[in-house]
Amino acid sequence: MTIGLVHYLAVAAVLFTLGVFGIFVNRKNIIVILMSIELILLAVNINLVAFSVYLHNVVGQIFAMFVLTVAAAEAAVGLAILVTFFRNRGDISVDDVSVMKG
Amino acid sequence: MALQAIAFYLLAAVTVGAGFCVISARNPVHSVLFLILSFFSAAGLFVLLGAEFLAMLLVVVYVGAVAVLFLFVVMMLDVDFTALRQGFARYMPLGGLVAGILAMEMIVVASSVATQGAASANAQPLVATPELTNAEAIGRVLYTDYVYFFQAAGLVLLVAMFGAIVLTLRHKPGVRRQVIADQVARSPKTGMRIVQIKPGEGLQE
Repeated sequence: MTIGLVHYLAVAAVLFTLGVFGIFVNRKNIIVILMSIELILLAVNINLVAFSVYLHNVVGQIFAMFVLTVAAAEAAVGLAILVTFFRNRGDISVDDVSVMKG
Repeated sequence: MALQAIAFYLLAAVTVGAGFCVISARNPVHSVLFLILSFFSAAGLFVLLGAEFLAMLLVVVYVGAVAVLFLFVVMMLDVDFTALRQGFARYMPLGGLVAGILAMEMIVVASSVATQGAASANAQPLVATPELTNAEAIGRVLYTDYVYFFQAAGLVLLVAMFGAIVLTLRHKPGVRRQVIADQVARSPKTGMRIVQIKPGEGLQE
């Protein structure tokens, strides 16, 4: 049997769903929420690369690279906010995040 | 072709299984390690697709930088993670329902796009030739048509670096810091005084 575009799209769909599910069930743990966002972006990258390869157009891979860049920047800034929040509050409960306003 | 199918199913199973362990592991350190496994298998899928450059980029950027950053932060923060798992069972049924519907919809859309969309015209994936490798094909497009976007991506990384540094930088009040301007402004008049000491008396301070 031959592996086609639909197989890769199915893997990406399942991975995306796992990321969304992770945000749902780990509502209090912001570190796991950030990791779920990384999973979602990985699923998007798999989609982009699969379409790029099967449409014979390399631009999809360029776009996947930009997604990778933004994901790295997002992780760095998110974790920096997390560290600062932990320093001020002593824990990382998402329920207390509203103190950051203003 | 059979070997490719075996490799695909193995890598896909490891990617999805590790992805599930990321969100269900009790210990966040285990979550990060499963995240690394998931990224690594996804890089294997990229190699299988023929996107070698992005596969190596995924290993370098995600496994080498982002995941290690996560590991660093998880180990640095001294947090009681059992308290953070409250509500896991409460949100499970609704989350599972939404996730199941989402996955079903996306797989239906994906299969119809793959069989009837523009991509269905090419049954064979794009393969790199010795004349034009994957990295060369990317470079030819990235540095010509998309050069401004490439520069903008660099700018995004620069701003993110500034943001992370500014957010985590702190000055401890008790630490004496070097002030270059004060050092340069120091003259013999302010830095030293001449005391006439009478013989035999010594200096009393």
